[in-house]
Amino acid sequence: MKPFTRHTGIVAPLDRPNVDTDAIIPKQFLKSIKRSGFGPNLFDEWRYLDRGEPGIDNSKRPLNPEFVLNQARYQGASILLARENFGCGSSREHAPWALEDFGFRAIIAPSYADIFYNNCFKNGVLPIVLDAAVVGELFKEIVTHPGYRLTIDLHTQKVSTPSGKEYSFAVDAFRKHCLLNGLDDIGLTLQHVDAIRAYEQQRRVVAPWLFKS
Amino acid sequence: MAGRALYDKLWDAHVVRSDADGTAFLYIDRHLVHEVTSPQAFEGLRIASRPVWRVDSVLATPDHNVPTDGRARGIADPVSRVQVETLDQNCQEFGLTEFGMSDVRQGIVHVIGPEQGATLPGMTVVCGDSHTSTHGAFGALAFGIGTSEVEHVLATQCLIQKKSRAMLVRVNGSLGAGVTAKDVVLAIIGRIGTAGGTGYAIEFGGAAIQSLSVEGRMTVCNMAIEAGARAGMVAVDQKTIDYFHGRPYAPTGEMWTRAVAAWRDLQSDADAVFDHIVELDGSSIAPQVTWGTSPEMVVPIMARVPDPAQETNAVKREGMRAALKYMGLEANTPIAQIAVDKVFIGSCTNSRIEDLRAAAAVIQGRRIANNIKLAMVVPGSGLVKQQAEKEGLDKLFSAAGFEWREPGCSMCLAMNADRLEPGERCASTSNRNFEGRQGAGGRTHLVSPAMAAAAAIAGHFVDVRNF
Repeated sequence: MKPFTRHTGIVAPLDRPNVDTDAIIPKQFLKSIKRSGFGPNLFDEWRYLDRGEPGIDNSKRPLNPEFVLNQARYQGASILLARENFGCGSSREHAPWALEDFGFRAIIAPSYADIFYNNCFKNGVLPIVLDAAVVGELFKEIVTHPGYRLTIDLHTQKVSTPSGKEYSFAVDAFRKHCLLNGLDDIGLTLQHVDAIRAYEQQRRVVAPWLFKS
Repeated sequence: MAGRALYDKLWDAHVVRSDADGTAFLYIDRHLVHEVTSPQAFEGLRIASRPVWRVDSVLATPDHNVPTDGRARGIADPVSRVQVETLDQNCQEFGLTEFGMSDVRQGIVHVIGPEQGATLPGMTVVCGDSHTSTHGAFGALAFGIGTSEVEHVLATQCLIQKKSRAMLVRVNGSLGAGVTAKDVVLAIIGRIGTAGGTGYAIEFGGAAIQSLSVEGRMTVCNMAIEAGARAGMVAVDQKTIDYFHGRPYAPTGEMWTRAVAAWRDLQSDADAVFDHIVELDGSSIAPQVTWGTSPEMVVPIMARVPDPAQETNAVKREGMRAALKYMGLEANTPIAQIAVDKVFIGSCTNSRIEDLRAAAAVIQGRRIANNIKLAMVVPGSGLVKQQAEKEGLDKLFSAAGFEWREPGCSMCLAMNADRLEPGERCASTSNRNFEGRQGAGGRTHLVSPAMAAAAAIAGHFVDVRNF
């Protein structure tokens, strides 16, 4: 996993609540058995005017000029600004895979669906929660300032605006540690093999019907 | 010390170790696996040369991509076929139990887990699928996980988690005739919203929930995720225990007696403390129909499509306008005047035998309306299909003009060939009315099986209570 420490980037505003994971990456692309290559189909139904299918050349498809990621001023965006309950719906990790593959390193929204939020941290994408009023302000600032960039510092847990305003955000200490260092948490868990085995032994005594042998 | 909620009991019983900040290793008893969210996890194990920690905890089946007709011909779509074959190969390589596509026990993971007794009360159950909350209906702690976590559970049998807050949704009173578990859960989502349960584990209780069959409780817990909660659950009672007796993976003999004794404690103590309590009057719930592109956009069948102009919150108002535009609906249209093109009875929400019986009771002796392009029934598993055929339900459906299909997820998410065309309107017993969910441009209205069946006969939504 790519570590996340400090990042400055162009911000793209996606101004609608309850953006679900079917919208982030439609189901036909979930047939892939790979972990990469989902970026060209991020927000597929909003981004293109035709119907996307796996295996077709996306560079030849007609773009929807009204969709935010297709507008010239947001090219190269690496921070997504969104509304309430972003990432609701299915557990598909293909959603953060697609966001990451497209080039997003962070998302800022007032709230996220639990599973999506969790999945982001496993893929080097930082989901930041800011107050709905602050998010509303940022939406306004982006519209009036072409090339609007934000700087996100995970060490200090701060988002700073071009005008020098700073907003603090909360992040779980363990997740922060993993993200700052790009750590694979399976390796970390396996440092506690003895604890898992001890639990399992006790569980076999208390609830033996849960074990085949 | 205050009493413990069911969630507290399930959580406490599965903590392997925990840190000072509350981050815990949670032990997983049952891991259900399907073809869509597992290939990258198995690949991860291979790359790191890691074995599966506990092979006997895993049960796998393909469900999302499988065709629901002409299955003997295999899967026509080569990309879908590779994904299903990859699951077969991974299960073989790692020594895992899989009910393959031609096995009569194959079906939607959330239907086959309980059907086999592979889900049991008191377990932690996970799957790379958000509707894993379904299994909470049996007094289990069950929730969906992402693919990285699928790999983590395969490799370590644990998840790294922090405890959620506990919410109690109490549905009092008794439900009216024609009002089902689906209507109850849609009414709950309409009340608390799709983010109302975010950060919570929801316990569903009260007389109306207790009166539901275990299959009805599965429907309620299934859609806990649509209220934002990763986990939904219902306390164990005699119905729960009776359900598991004699199931293939359930304990037998002396072990059964011991298990039942333990399961009886799987309910919240009388003085349990919840972080939030919501109460609904079950007797005031009418059959529900969604009108928009989020499950919280729901109204009773007697109502009209809401008017965004009446909404004071600007973000919500714009969301409503966008939803009406996508759905091709005008504000203030009576719901009962909305005509449908297709009807889908199936999905992990409503594809069990009781769902099929409820739909069959409505259509008995009638025909689908002329404007219905397709009405289909997709049983949740091969065994549900077999049981329905034993009862003659397949003949009832066929005589009414429904297509009788093979089990799978089908048009709930349209990963296989079953889908809506742009602009088509569907009365669906599934769980998500998101844009494009049932096919790009498709328009989904979520309803109960009885309401879907009635819509197929009438050609438009209709109050099944007067039908």
